[in-house]
Amino acid sequence: MTIAEIQDQIIEEMSAHEDWFDRYEALITLGREFGAPDDSLRRDEYRISGCQSAVWLTAEMRDGRLRLRADSDSQITRGMLALLLRVFDDQPPGKVADAELYFLDAIGLRSNLSPSRANGLGTIVRAIRETARRHTG
Amino acid sequence: MMNATLDLKSDFPILAREIHGRPLAYLDNAATTQKPLCVIERVSNFYRTRNSNIHRGVHSLSEESSTLYEDARETVRAFIGAGDMREIVFTAGTTDAINLLARALGDCTTGGDAPFGDETRYSSDAQIGEGDEILVTGMEHHSNLLPWQDLCRRRGAVLRVLPLERNGTLHMEDISRRITSRTRLVAVTHVSNVTGIVNPVEELVRHAHDRGALVLVDGAQAVAHMPVDVASLDCDFYVFSGHKMFAENGIGVLYGKAARLEELPPARVGGGMVTSVTLESRREADLPLRFEAGTPNYPAAVSLAEAIRYLQRIGMQRIREHENTLHEYMREQLVKVGGLTVYGSAPEHSGSVAFNLDGIQPYDAGMIMDRMGVAVRTGTHCAEPLMRHFDINGCIRASLALYNDTDDIDRLAEAVRKAQSMLG
Repeated sequence: MTIAEIQDQIIEEMSAHEDWFDRYEALITLGREFGAPDDSLRRDEYRISGCQSAVWLTAEMRDGRLRLRADSDSQITRGMLALLLRVFDDQPPGKVADAELYFLDAIGLRSNLSPSRANGLGTIVRAIRETARRHTG
Repeated sequence: MMNATLDLKSDFPILAREIHGRPLAYLDNAATTQKPLCVIERVSNFYRTRNSNIHRGVHSLSEESSTLYEDARETVRAFIGAGDMREIVFTAGTTDAINLLARALGDCTTGGDAPFGDETRYSSDAQIGEGDEILVTGMEHHSNLLPWQDLCRRRGAVLRVLPLERNGTLHMEDISRRITSRTRLVAVTHVSNVTGIVNPVEELVRHAHDRGALVLVDGAQAVAHMPVDVASLDCDFYVFSGHKMFAENGIGVLYGKAARLEELPPARVGGGMVTSVTLESRREADLPLRFEAGTPNYPAAVSLAEAIRYLQRIGMQRIREHENTLHEYMREQLVKVGGLTVYGSAPEHSGSVAFNLDGIQPYDAGMIMDRMGVAVRTGTHCAEPLMRHFDINGCIRASLALYNDTDDIDRLAEAVRKAQSMLG
């Protein structure tokens, strides 16, 4: 699926959750299901600075596609990472670098993207895009 | 439910706001306080009718403005019980005041390498130099730590740390050993910005003075919450911020005993801090203007005076009692909720309570609590050494001001329960 198709799918799934608390419950559940904490990933060299919760991110290229791994000590952030990786993982790096990212807005997480927000969802997105850019060209 | 003794929310327009469809419960007062209508109107009125740069002009507006600025200084002096207006230096805030002091204590350019200025007024004995010691505590805000780290690095002085007990209080047992004949300065916070623990400042001052050391007290978390009298504390320096005491941002105070300030060179130079200047030299103004180079934030000083008058109308002792009652109620309610750890326990608290929910990242909890309309802060609170002391990466901090009431605390407890049920 393309990045846009995945985003549309997420928007449709999340729209089932009417109020904010339902949406966050869903995010928290996604965070729980995101996998066990990965100690090979939770290393200082992979840590993204500028987030209040600890966030680790690595990327490598496999068969011309960007393969991402990420983790956080925050459940809500893990939930957001689950969504972001669903959108960006296993995509061509050029697409990751340039894709319009609209699903966060559509599912009501827009305020979490503002640069002043200490959670640094915006920082994570920037880090993913920068990684993708390094792997293009 | 306990009866709160003060009912002041209607004085603060912003407290009528809703957040995510719920009334705002503002419990982030240690970060900044909200402003009462009288302060907001005072500032607006100042710009409408009085604004003009101070100490420069002979025209009427400038004179009015200058008078208000100096009146503000007098209001501050009386508020903290200083003996003399010359002892009140306006700064941009607490951090700025501490940085100013750290520069003044370590950067005197006496002797042959000083081409400008009238350095002969200053005492080189007042300068902190190689081998001298500065004692800070394990609970300081970064703003009362980093300037001293820097000063020690610049001057070859040694930074010592007064450690904490497990409960977060100062380890006072062997204090007379910790303050040595080499200690030149003790820098201590009056009230912890994280645990709300009130430190035994008078006792520290006595020990420090016995050894000939000076004491700087960081009063940022104290002045809006309890009566502060620098004369009875007997500290040499006391600093605080206007925005944490219901005034505008960008104004703070460095109180220093006149005899101490007289010994110190200006940390920065420029307009307003001189009486005469040639291309080669300068003659500096007397205290306190010597430390106020550049155009000071006089509108904010005016707002600070208005905020102080507001506090004085209510009475600092009443505010202290009200907040004590609320603080006790807040700790009780949190304990009642359970499934959490409160950090720090002392005979005397003020303002903040720090805690974590078992197995839940403070950031996650803060996000849910925000959605419940409860404003608390999460993170390290600019006190990373204290986080390490408690062996945590961060915590939730709920902090009080005079307008909070038991309803805010009940909302806090409700939000904590919600966070636990969603995240636990």
